[in-house]
Amino acid sequence: MRVGLFVPCYVDQFYPGAAIATLQLLEKLGVDVVYPKNQTCCGQPMANSGYEHLTGGCNKLFIENFQGFDYIVSPSGSCVLHIREHLHDDKQPELAKEVAHQVWELTSFLTDVLKVESLPSRFPHKVGVHQSCHGQRGLHLSSMTELVAPGFSKPGSLLNMVKDLELVELDRKDECCGFGGTFCVVEEAVSSKMGKDRVADHLRQGAEYITGADMSCLMHMEGILKRQGSNVKVLHIAEILNSQ
Amino acid sequence: METTTTQDKNPPLQGAGGSHAELADIFNKDEDRVNWHDETLWWIRAKRDKSVHQLPEWEALREAASNIKFNVLSHLDIYLAQFEAAAKANGIIVHWAADAKEHNEIVHKLLTDAKVTQMVKSKSMLTEECHLNDYLATHGIEVIDSDLGERIVQLAGEPPSHIVLPCIHKKKEEIGDLFHMYLGTPSNMSDPQFLTETARGSLRETFLTRKVALTGVNFAIAETGEFVVCTNEGNADMGAHLADVHIACMGIEKIIPKREHLGVFLRLLTRSATGQPITTYSSHFKKPREGQEMHIVLVDNGRSIQLGREDFRNSLKCIRCGACMNTCPVYRRSGGHSYHTAVAGPIGSILAPNLDMKKYADLPFASTLCGSCSNVCPVKIDIHDQLYKWRQVLVKEGYTPKAKTVAMHVMATTLGSSTLYHAAGKMGRLTIKYAPFAVNNKLNPWYKNRDMPESPKESFGEWYAKNRKK
Repeated sequence: MRVGLFVPCYVDQFYPGAAIATLQLLEKLGVDVVYPKNQTCCGQPMANSGYEHLTGGCNKLFIENFQGFDYIVSPSGSCVLHIREHLHDDKQPELAKEVAHQVWELTSFLTDVLKVESLPSRFPHKVGVHQSCHGQRGLHLSSMTELVAPGFSKPGSLLNMVKDLELVELDRKDECCGFGGTFCVVEEAVSSKMGKDRVADHLRQGAEYITGADMSCLMHMEGILKRQGSNVKVLHIAEILNSQ
Repeated sequence: METTTTQDKNPPLQGAGGSHAELADIFNKDEDRVNWHDETLWWIRAKRDKSVHQLPEWEALREAASNIKFNVLSHLDIYLAQFEAAAKANGIIVHWAADAKEHNEIVHKLLTDAKVTQMVKSKSMLTEECHLNDYLATHGIEVIDSDLGERIVQLAGEPPSHIVLPCIHKKKEEIGDLFHMYLGTPSNMSDPQFLTETARGSLRETFLTRKVALTGVNFAIAETGEFVVCTNEGNADMGAHLADVHIACMGIEKIIPKREHLGVFLRLLTRSATGQPITTYSSHFKKPREGQEMHIVLVDNGRSIQLGREDFRNSLKCIRCGACMNTCPVYRRSGGHSYHTAVAGPIGSILAPNLDMKKYADLPFASTLCGSCSNVCPVKIDIHDQLYKWRQVLVKEGYTPKAKTVAMHVMATTLGSSTLYHAAGKMGRLTIKYAPFAVNNKLNPWYKNRDMPESPKESFGEWYAKNRKK
């Protein structure tokens, strides 16, 4: 199985640890992983701001870099959702569609494709899980509190395989952290308040780490935690699943 | 690169008071109040969850309602004509209003014909949308809103901040002060029971002396020509039953085909709104009682334009339950008034740009696109997808600030080229590392309440080149 590793632009630049952990974890599970070096961004920052018509360059690059893999895996629910829903190329629409369908978010790739049932990981800490909205409500990585449906959590089931890890229960299981791409600066007041409230929930439950399948939300909460001088850290779920 | 917008139409200074972001910024100056507002509405969302989880068939009900409304929107012309004929046969007088102005003129004429200068009104967000009270006031007609929440905001001289809970932004102490000022209650009296009884006493006088009553409409049934008004207080009934003239105003999308469909909608409406199984009163009005006049005003006001917008058509399925507001993390932390439109929150943000793109260009951006709104919507409107689509429309129509368009072009060019991206990334990381003052300042809105991420010594791409030589 040949897998193309799709690393979101901000993860590449600011959170290489999350990408390294993703790569090492997949390799550990016997997957042949390649990182196409000319990849950049999925185009979501423009698209969510109303400029989807400017994402042609990103779409073209994405298809160039990722065509021909059996699967494309990324440690970001949000970027994966964007590719799945919006990747297009008027010159080669079928190819764009094919590539879009091969993109998988890391945790669902582990549970649904690799069907991972155990991990050699250990992480002796209290951990709070942030359900990032696009992964959860868009890619259905977990059940949603609004819907009347059986409960499940793909990230949660993986974390339960980690030795000595204790998951904390949140008061609000799946409320948005307020990052929202350009929303975080355009609507600074509400965005910050949402971030503060989300962080406070994890702190109330005694979490030592906040984790999730999307680094952007974690980056937002990290910004709040650091400003508050908190010792609580954020870690991408790949880093916990890859820890020994 | 594709060319984008035509011209900058000088947005976005929306409304008199500013854009959603500006008004939300003001709302957030008082954090305790934001916490209170958030928790109050979250409590209602939690009640909704508790209530809907008792119905295993909940998702099937939503699906059914969504399909019924889809059918209605696909055959609206037929159902409206059917409704009109049936209502007329029942002795109801039917009026058609193309827009808010016509609606207001029709109501005004009915009041003039009845020779009254006072009217009692209950439960009509449509008349808020049409600014009926202001219009009638300029023509010397006084309207008293009889729904308790509506009455409270009316005394405060404010519009409702929520379509189901009009005064949810007011604390009971503030309501006590208003009643002290206008209804003569003792000062510092905030006991809800006492205040409610005072309002009841004051409104009783209003009900007994008004000759004309106006109500909203929750559902109008094409098959029978009747309409249903859902309330908890019964004030709409009190007004309508005591008045010589009953005027019911409704948007044309309120039609449902058959009475049996009410079974679906009544089960969904209040569970979604407040977590109650059903409203205290679900009153059916079919024909005027003897000696009474009954009028229905069917209002378009942009609805047929929205019906023609394929991407946004489904917004007309809305049954005005307010669940999307209660669940919206942005609404809860910015308050209804920050949306500067009659219908606030996520649903308002997809309805309002249809009426005035320039004025409401900010609203589709007042969201993180978290999708919770679409999940609670009892008629399954794809609200967050429509917010995304409105953003695309508003940008293409030129209703975004020029600076943002320039920035987006720069970003698109950078991210569309591997070389530029790697250079810019490196520069960004070096800036944060060696010149943090360039980003850690008040010109960067991120920095106001959040620290910047640390700059790693190398990007993943750089690490990979060193560690995975292939």
